[in-house]
Amino acid sequence: MKIKLYDIAHSRAGDKGNTLTLSLIPYKEEDYLLLCKEVTPKKVKKHLKEISMGNIVRYELPNISSLLFVCRHALAGGVTTSLSLDTHGKSLSYALLEMEIEYGN
Amino acid sequence: MKEKIRIGCGAGFSGDRLEPAIILAEKGELDYLVLECLAERTIALAQKRKLQNPDKGYDILLERRILSLLPTLKKNKVRLITNMGAANPIAAANKVIEIAKQLDLEISVAAVTGDDVFDRIYPHQKAMETNEALSASGKLISANAYLGIEAILPALQTNADIIITGRVADPSLFLAPMVHEFSWSPKDHDLLGKGTVIGHLLECAGQITGGYFADPGKKDVAGMDRLGHPFADVLRDGSATISKVEGTGGLINLQTAKEQLLYEVVDPYEYYTPDVIANFTTVHLKEKGKDLVVVTGGSGKQRPSTYKVSVGYHAFYLGEGEISYAGSNAMGRAKLAASIIKDRLKNSFPGLQIDFVGSTSVHHTSFKHSAEPYEIRLRVAGKADSFEKATIFGEEVEALYTNGPAAGGGVRKHVNEVIGIVSTLIEKEKVRSSVTLYHS
Repeated sequence: MKIKLYDIAHSRAGDKGNTLTLSLIPYKEEDYLLLCKEVTPKKVKKHLKEISMGNIVRYELPNISSLLFVCRHALAGGVTTSLSLDTHGKSLSYALLEMEIEYGN
Repeated sequence: MKEKIRIGCGAGFSGDRLEPAIILAEKGELDYLVLECLAERTIALAQKRKLQNPDKGYDILLERRILSLLPTLKKNKVRLITNMGAANPIAAANKVIEIAKQLDLEISVAAVTGDDVFDRIYPHQKAMETNEALSASGKLISANAYLGIEAILPALQTNADIIITGRVADPSLFLAPMVHEFSWSPKDHDLLGKGTVIGHLLECAGQITGGYFADPGKKDVAGMDRLGHPFADVLRDGSATISKVEGTGGLINLQTAKEQLLYEVVDPYEYYTPDVIANFTTVHLKEKGKDLVVVTGGSGKQRPSTYKVSVGYHAFYLGEGEISYAGSNAMGRAKLAASIIKDRLKNSFPGLQIDFVGSTSVHHTSFKHSAEPYEIRLRVAGKADSFEKATIFGEEVEALYTNGPAAGGGVRKHVNEVIGIVSTLIEKEKVRSSVTLYHS
């Protein structure tokens, strides 16, 4: 069954210059391993192709059962000089949560 | 020596609400109240105000925040640490003294200076973001080093009730009172790492108390109109319990703490501050009860030998115009309007930004949501090198009123001067902070 990440996880976006950070936190800690398996940096890069122009690094944080994606060249040149409406990319956490993954059988 | 201190965070950015800090000071039984009010660009704007008037250049809400807080801080013996000094901590300290005199309160204020390094950076120095000379970005306006606890500690060693800084790293505002009260060694990197984690969790105020977290039906948070801001009970061993004043709105749980822990972190193994390189992958969080989260773990290693410097420059003038279309074929009419404006401006302004608000304006796509919105707002934005030239974007949108397409309404137009920020590094030896004490 296909589900949206929104159904099982939450996220907050952060900004540093032209770099976007996106956390991915499952509501149930037991879903952490599934997220590790399904939400690869490659799939996230494809999902965010209109947003993230650079490479995406994924950090695994088993200590808090969460993932962190660090996306370079993702804020249209940077927070302070972008012409975008959402210069910080604060709304982009919900772009990640639109991604679909296989869940259960 | 104390075994436990309580530090509250009453503001997480310069435009934050006023009353959560008052509630913390009144009912929080705090030892320290921190107000974090200085974003990257805020200080460059403050520098421009200081150039116009040497008595200005501090946070524009300073008077209101201090006036509302000072009697309670004094009554409850809460020390205030804030970066509201912005580009002018000395003028800020004098203003606080003036307010104290009006209120007939006897206080001492310490101003921490030394972050302004504009005269020690070189225009040909490389910017970390662009790998080009700083001056290539534009006319330089300001340069402020992110100072750390070593700048704040001498102020805490005085009898100052209020400590006002300019640019310091946000977590350092919280780590400084921990190091001061617990006499942590500057070489104990793990303790500094733990304290930095606690500071990072607190520094955005309402972002850990359910504020920037709420999503109705999915992440429900009660009482958001009276959202409480957080405090931490920090123990000598570097562990802490995060909580908020009973009766305030909001929520603190594992989910809110995890979202904040990872906020703006670009490498959880190496979180750089002027005090330490903190490791967030060793942090543990545990819910202890309603609105109580215990933070343990966290570690660190030797701090960097340089300070990060935030350099402000004049970037361009941003012009914007917006107009709404609604009903049948709203998107079709908005797209026609966009192409008209593109055709009229493309030769003079090739870098035009056109957004369809209500559809793709913030994510640049709407993924699989294909239903056409009932109404759509067209936004046109562009850069120009003067205020006058930047007015054209709004004017062109406004001219769609009579020239069409059909039924565009609600035009708004703006022009703003845009200050850009780039970063560079400076050797610590080139920076000397100092503390100046004032009494009312």
